[in-house]
Amino acid sequence: MKYIDEYRDGELAQRIAERIRDEVRPERQYRFMEFCGGHTHAISRYGVSDLLPANVRMIHGPGCPVCVLPIGRIDLAVKLALEDGAILCSYGDTLRVPASGGLSLLRAKAQGADIRMIYSPSDALKIAEANPEREVVFLAIGFETTTPPTALVIRDAAARGLKNFSVLCCHVLTPAAIEHILAAPGQDPAAVELDGFVGPAHVSIIIGSEPYAEFARRYRKPVVIAGFEPLDVIQAILMLVRQVNDGRAEVENEFVRAVGRNGNSAAQTLMDEIFELRESFQWRGLGEVPFSALRIRAKFAAFDAEKRFDLHYRAVADNKACECGPILRGQKKPTDCRLFGSVCTPENPMGSCMVSNEGACAAHYAYGRYKDIEVVAV
Amino acid sequence: MTGRSPVKRGYVRPLNFRDGVVDMGHGAGGRASAQLIEELFVAAFDNPWLRQGNDGAAFSPELKPGERMVMATDAHVVSPLFFPGGDIGSLSVHGTLNDVAMGGARPLYLSASFIIEEGFALADLKRIVESMGRASRDAGVPIITGDTKVVERGSGDGVFISTTGIGIIPNGVETGGHRARPGDAILVSGSIGEHGVAIMSKREGLTFETEILSDSAALHGLVAQMLAVAPGLRVLRDPTRGGLATTLNEIAGQSGVGMLLDEAAIPVLPQVEAACELLGLDPLYIANEGKLIAICAEEDAQPLLDCMRLNPLGEHAVRIGTVLEDAHGFVQMQTRFGGRRVVDWLSGEQLPRIC
Repeated sequence: MKYIDEYRDGELAQRIAERIRDEVRPERQYRFMEFCGGHTHAISRYGVSDLLPANVRMIHGPGCPVCVLPIGRIDLAVKLALEDGAILCSYGDTLRVPASGGLSLLRAKAQGADIRMIYSPSDALKIAEANPEREVVFLAIGFETTTPPTALVIRDAAARGLKNFSVLCCHVLTPAAIEHILAAPGQDPAAVELDGFVGPAHVSIIIGSEPYAEFARRYRKPVVIAGFEPLDVIQAILMLVRQVNDGRAEVENEFVRAVGRNGNSAAQTLMDEIFELRESFQWRGLGEVPFSALRIRAKFAAFDAEKRFDLHYRAVADNKACECGPILRGQKKPTDCRLFGSVCTPENPMGSCMVSNEGACAAHYAYGRYKDIEVVAV
Repeated sequence: MTGRSPVKRGYVRPLNFRDGVVDMGHGAGGRASAQLIEELFVAAFDNPWLRQGNDGAAFSPELKPGERMVMATDAHVVSPLFFPGGDIGSLSVHGTLNDVAMGGARPLYLSASFIIEEGFALADLKRIVESMGRASRDAGVPIITGDTKVVERGSGDGVFISTTGIGIIPNGVETGGHRARPGDAILVSGSIGEHGVAIMSKREGLTFETEILSDSAALHGLVAQMLAVAPGLRVLRDPTRGGLATTLNEIAGQSGVGMLLDEAAIPVLPQVEAACELLGLDPLYIANEGKLIAICAEEDAQPLLDCMRLNPLGEHAVRIGTVLEDAHGFVQMQTRFGGRRVVDWLSGEQLPRIC
C-alpha cells in the first residue's frame, strides 16, 4: 500500500539495524522509553526489538490512553449508563477496561446498559440528535491527539443548542506525564534510569516539538519524536544512540513529514477555548499527577457530564498483585507480574496494561510471549 | 395445499411480495405457513423431496467400502442481511457446504430452517430465498427439507437462517485439524479478509466506501480437485470467524505443533489492507467465507498449489508457512520488517484501536 509499505521496508530496516549495531558502545546500556502505546504496538507487531543489539532495551511507557485511565473514571461512566440510563458512547478499547465490581462498559452492556462504540466523537453527536429524549454522554479519553475532536463536538453541540449531550472528560497531557516520570527517580530508588525517549507521534502533530525542549534540557535526556511506523521507530532509536554517544540531550524530530516545531495552532486554540487545566488528575499507575489533565471550562458547563450529573470521582485501588503501576513507569516488565498470563490475560484483563493492544502487557502477551519460553526446533 | 376451501374453491390470494410483510400466521403451521412454503420455498428450491411436502426427506446414499458420511451445521445471523458480494441466503448455503467440504467430503444434501421476525418484508425474504436457491443450484446440492418459524417483532433481527449439510468422505481421506505434522507446508487458497471488511463497510456507524466484495463461495469443487492430486492432504479448514490467525491456532492446538508464517507471503488485497489500516484492524483476524487453509506434506505442496491455481477459487493460492515442532503450540510469524512475533488467538471481538 502506497505511503505505508515504504515505512515497513524490511531491507531498509536491516540497514538501519546494522548501523545501530556498529555505533552502540558494547560497554554501556541504552535504555530508551517509547512513551506512546502506538510505538509499543509497532515494536511488538513488527518485531523491532529482534533487530536491536542486546544492550539496547526498549521500555514501554505510559502513553496508552486506556491504560492510564483509573478504575474510578470507568466507574463514573458505568454509573451513567446503568443508573442514569444515559446512552454512553466511547472508543472501542475503552469498553473493555475493567471497572469496580467485575464490571466494564462491555459487561454493563450485557446487563442492559446502552453502550455504543464509536469511531468519531461526531458520531456521539449524531446519536444525541437522533435520540432527543435520551441523555447521551461521550466518555472522552486520550492524549492531545484525541482532544481537539472532543473540543470540536462540544463547540458544535453548543452552537446547535443540544440539550441532551455531554462529555465525561478524561483527556490527559503528555508533557506532564513525561516530566512526572523523569522527576520520579530522585524520590523513588526503584525507578529505572532512562537514557532517552522516543517522543510521541500524533500528540506532537498537535503540540509540536517545542514542549519537550524544556525537560530535555533540564533532565539532560534526549528526545526523538518518531512516527508510528516501524522504520520511524528504528530510525529514532539510531538517532537516540547517536545523541547518547555524543553526550547530547536535544529534541530531534524524525517525524518531519507531520510534526513541526509549534504544532497545529488551530487545534491548540480550539482546545484552549473549551478546556482548562485540572490542578491534579489520578493516572492509573502513576498516581496523582499535577496539571496533567483537562476539564471543560465553566462556559461550557452544560456539556460537562461531571457537572450535569453531579458526579464525584472516587479513587479505587488496583488489584494488590497487579504491577501495572511499575510497568507503566518502566520499572518492571510484564513478565515480572505474578498475574501476567495466568489470572490476567486479554480475555480477562485484571490490569489496564492488558486491555488495549497498545498496553505493554497485552502487546507482550499477544506478540512476544513465546520469547519467555524455550521453543524447540525453530 | 392450495385450494382446499369448500367455500371459495380454488381461491387463495397470492402472497404480496411487493410490500407485504411476514406476520405471526406465517409461522403458525396453518394455511398461511403452507402458502409461504409453497409459493416461496418450494418455488425457489424446487426439487422432488420438497415437492412431496413431507416433514422429512428420505434418501438412500450409496456408500462404497471405506467411505464415511459427514454432517455439519451452521447458524447464520449476519448483519446487514445484504452486503457487497452476497447476502444471508447465499452465505447460509456456502457456509455449511464449506464445513462439509472441509471434512474432505462431497456434499449431498442441505436442510434449511428460518427464524423470521414478524414484520419482515416479504420482498426481502424472497430475495434471500431466491439467492439461496441459486447458490444451492450452482453448487449442485439441493435443499431437501426445512422449517420456518416466526418470532414476535423485537425477538429477532430480520431473519436468522440455520443450515445443515451432509456429504460423503471418500475412502482414505482424513482432513481433521489434529493431523498437522512438523515439516508440513501451510497453504492458503487466496487473499484474506474480504468477507469481514465487506460486512464492516456496511455496518451502522461505520459505513465507508469500498469496492471490496465478500469472497463468499462454495469450495467443495476445489476440495475435490485438491484431493484428486493429494489424497493424503492432512488438514483442511476454512478460516471464517476469527480469521486465518485463529484458525491456525486451533489447528496448532489440535495437532500439538507450532507454526511459522511468512508475513510477506500472506495475500491481502490492497483495499482490504487500507480498510484495516484505517480501522485499526488486522486482516489476519478478519473472517473469510470462500477461502481454505490446507496443510500437507512438503512433497504435496507444489502439486497442490499448481492444481488449486487452475480453479478460479484457488487462483491466488500460495504457501504461507511451515509446521514446526513446538509443544507450546505457538503460531509465530516472520514479519516483513525482519522481526518475529506470535500470531495469537483472537481475543474477544476485534475492537479497533483508538489512536
